Amino acid sequence: MRRVALILAPWLVLIAGWYGIHYSGLINPALVPTPHAVAQRFVELVQTRLPLDILMSTRRVFIGVLSGTVLAVPVGFVLGWYPNVRHFIDPLINFFRALPPIALIPLVIVYFGVDELAKIVILFYASFFAGVIVMYEGISQISPIYVRVSRTLGATDSEIFRKVIVPLAVPHMLTALRVALGVAWATLVASELIAAQQGLGALIQNAGSFFQLDIIYVGIICIGFIALFMDLALRAIARRLVSWQERIA
Amino acid sequence: MTEPRVRIKFDQVSVQFPAQSGMMRVVDDVSYAVRDREFVSVIGPSGCGKTTMMNMVAGFMQPSSGTVTLDGRPIKGPGPDRGVIFQEYGVFPWLTVKQNIAFGLTLRANRTSAAEREEICSRYMQLMGLSDFADAWPRMLSGGMRQRLALARAYAVKPQFLLMDEPFGALDAQTRTAMQDLLLDVLAAEGKTVMLITHSVEEAVYLSHRIIVMTARPTRIREIIDVPFPYPRDAGLHETPAFGELRAHVRQLVMQEYAQQAKQRQSQSN
Ligand SMILES: Nc1ncnc2c1ncn2[C@@H]1O[C@H](COP(=O)(O)OP(=O)(O)OP(=O)(O)O)[C@@H](O)[C@H]1O
Ligand SMILES: [Mg+2]
Repeated sequence: MRRVALILAPWLVLIAGWYGIHYSGLINPALVPTPHAVAQRFVELVQTRLPLDILMSTRRVFIGVLSGTVLAVPVGFVLGWYPNVRHFIDPLINFFRALPPIALIPLVIVYFGVDELAKIVILFYASFFAGVIVMYEGISQISPIYVRVSRTLGATDSEIFRKVIVPLAVPHMLTALRVALGVAWATLVASELIAAQQGLGALIQNAGSFFQLDIIYVGIICIGFIALFMDLALRAIARRLVSWQERIA
Repeated sequence: MTEPRVRIKFDQVSVQFPAQSGMMRVVDDVSYAVRDREFVSVIGPSGCGKTTMMNMVAGFMQPSSGTVTLDGRPIKGPGPDRGVIFQEYGVFPWLTVKQNIAFGLTLRANRTSAAEREEICSRYMQLMGLSDFADAWPRMLSGGMRQRLALARAYAVKPQFLLMDEPFGALDAQTRTAMQDLLLDVLAAEGKTVMLITHSVEEAVYLSHRIIVMTARPTRIREIIDVPFPYPRDAGLHETPAFGELRAHVRQLVMQEYAQQAKQRQSQSN
């Protein structure tokens, strides 16, 4: 009971604040739709286009994050494990990471067209660079003592990899996945700038051109909640997988 | 009576590390031999180079000059013949207590059957007082329990050599005594050659055939002391006058080296 109340409290405060702003008279109420108006619009949209929007966006994020992380894990691992390689590759990674995905959109359109692939490429890009950094920072901090201990017990290189390095890398893989997921949701709207008909980003942009603020709010809130639930699910998985850890990052 | 054969041999060994101002000499022309089934303790001021010497026997580093040999051959790398108890334990946090002990036994180098593994694990868990924690994660253990776990893991693969870096440092006095006696039992049963690094003069005198007292850095051999008491030894030994005399002698040497180290530091800072 207490727990539920504690979890709900900040949300209720947020909604109260939202009403407060609407009715305060400080800003034009037309610019801030009330929560119940947004809720009503949500119910309407659920019966029409929203399910497909959610499906499309979630699918894009999912594919982008999955492909980005699948590549980020081995690359991040190599960079973390071999300081010499990292020395040369690190500037390159940071160069590309610093480029905002939106700036790349014109190029992506030229090279990948305006279809599904183009959107996924943007999400892949964002996920990969977020994941790679988390992964190699984590791997480079693995204490060499465990490798030394296993060698004194007679472990071969392949045994060390399977029995020591992989278990130690798993938490970092999960963190990389979580970070990539967050970044991908944050990049979604940008990726759907590319001629998207469906998707939460498309929904928000279309509503923007018609000044339908309540729909924009619905879109934003949906993105926030889906990202939140995915993160919670991932954390639950992480807790089971790495229960040996003190805390899950 | 012939002397047992030499197993570990340091021959004019020196080690230097790169430091802020050029090279720092840590080990300076050290020579000694450890014979089969001998128990040798190494004692000396903190930071003098004891762990460095052990690392060369373990196979983690090579001397800058001179040679360290094992049965006459230069040491190339680590191996399961030399069990190492690290100063910082290195208990695997992703494995339970029991899985930690079993780790070495699951490797190709010391393949054992599941039944045998089970038997060895439960024996060492019992000896180390860890039976109630078989399935606990290391993060749930106290410092002393982790140290006992590291001991169990090393004993489990039955190495011929034990290289121990302050293995009993984190234990309370009672557990420490129990672990020392357990070590003596294991040695009596399995016959191992031991190199023990310790700061405790009491421990060195109680356990060893010989004690090597090292000087402050760059470390040299200050004195090698034969401990004449026959094995099996038991706690009563601590109370004998001969033990007290030897302990006083070793303690004096160690104190002098600490004083020397303090003096060096002072002259450096001036
Ligand atoms: N890899 C290394 N690179 C540079 N210096 C090192 C390295 N390893 C050890 N040293 C230095 O060599 C000296 C001896 O270190 P060592 O760990 O052998 O000391 P120790 O006698 O084991 O000390 P303690 O009793 O405190 O454990 C120290 O001054 C240390 O800073
Ligand atoms: Mg040391």
